[in-house]
Amino acid sequence: MTVLAGGTDLMVELNFGRRRPEHIVAIDRVGELAGIERNGHVRMGAGVTYTRMLADAGSQALAEAARTIGSPQIRNAGTIGGNLGTASPAGDTLPVLAALEATVVLRSKAGERRVPFADYMTGPKKSVRRADELIVAAEWDEAGPAQTYMFVSTRNAMAISIAGLAMVVDRARKRVGIGLGSCGPTIIRPADAEGFARGLFDEAGWERPHRPSESAAKELGRLVAAAARPIDDVRGTAAYRRHALAVMGARALSRVAQIA
Amino acid sequence: MPPTIDRRGAALRGPSAVDVALEVNGERVVVHVPPRRTLLDALREQLGLTGTKKVCDEGTCGACTVLVDGRPVYSCLTLAIACENRRVETIEGLAKDGELHPVQRAFVDTDAFQCGFCTPGQVMSIVALLRTVPQPTEDDVKRAVAGNLCRCGAYPNIVAAGVSAGRRKRT
Repeated sequence: MTVLAGGTDLMVELNFGRRRPEHIVAIDRVGELAGIERNGHVRMGAGVTYTRMLADAGSQALAEAARTIGSPQIRNAGTIGGNLGTASPAGDTLPVLAALEATVVLRSKAGERRVPFADYMTGPKKSVRRADELIVAAEWDEAGPAQTYMFVSTRNAMAISIAGLAMVVDRARKRVGIGLGSCGPTIIRPADAEGFARGLFDEAGWERPHRPSESAAKELGRLVAAAARPIDDVRGTAAYRRHALAVMGARALSRVAQIA
Repeated sequence: MPPTIDRRGAALRGPSAVDVALEVNGERVVVHVPPRRTLLDALREQLGLTGTKKVCDEGTCGACTVLVDGRPVYSCLTLAIACENRRVETIEGLAKDGELHPVQRAFVDTDAFQCGFCTPGQVMSIVALLRTVPQPTEDDVKRAVAGNLCRCGAYPNIVAAGVSAGRRKRT
């Protein structure tokens, strides 16, 4: 059984004969999968499109990620469940879900299973989702406004990320989450960079905005780049990815530290 | 043949051709297609609506852009059967009684095409934009056609057409 959501990945495989599934289950009209519930905790149904996330994402970083994706046509079709289902390291919502410490909700005839995002992806386009399981939602705790997503690519629209970075500073819970995309077999959480950032917020005070020093921002960028496991591929070299991650890490910290 | 229904009520259709009811440019039509057929191929091959162009067939170029329930989508990445009982609008539905749609008129007046192959997709993207943003800025138009490639490079005039179409009175 092959699940068809927005079709932005699967239809390409079908049109070029790379996959010939016997059965396709189209879920784009399943209303139960298209809801967004928010009450301090966000439950985003797998069928929520990127266009919907622009207006109501339950996360600033997720809204920014949705804005970077494709074009209006792609955003009208593609869904968060599809991004999770494809599980590409370049999936733009995935670094955000990692940084938010989101939970992936899977359902089968046997029942529901809740998988922390950190355990969900196992490799490029590989996840712990079993063939009999449907992704029904992603859930996370609302983390406040201090969060951002950024990526580098050949152009802003219609391009696959060469490297992407999400940063979430949950001031209320004193938590920093960073997710790196397109620079390893799975989405990477740079633990040393997160710890360094926590130290900066301990010092500056979690509750109020501050302007990090240039050397602190640079050090964060260095720690982010050191955690990446990038490869050379058609989109960019490993060296360029590390460089871009260092720049984005520094920039993301400077941006979110000033938001409270 | 009516769809077979399995014991839990899900409709199993295909693999042979099935009847799919669509609303295309305001008219109810039924196409007889395998469930595997894209909306793009159904429009072009079954309905003879060849204004919608097939170029990349992988959702990259935008030449196949049509509106489904008012939203621009790539018809090459959309199954015809997924549009059952939905409203599909193509370039052929825009002109009324021999009068060009304001966006089409704007494309002519600002010389917004060279070879014209990407034009139907560009026009549909801008038609969708104008319904939500009646007076778009240049940036609005650029974002609206970000998923429509023009290899002749007519972009400045396409953007100008979008902006000027917003100033036109709807006929």
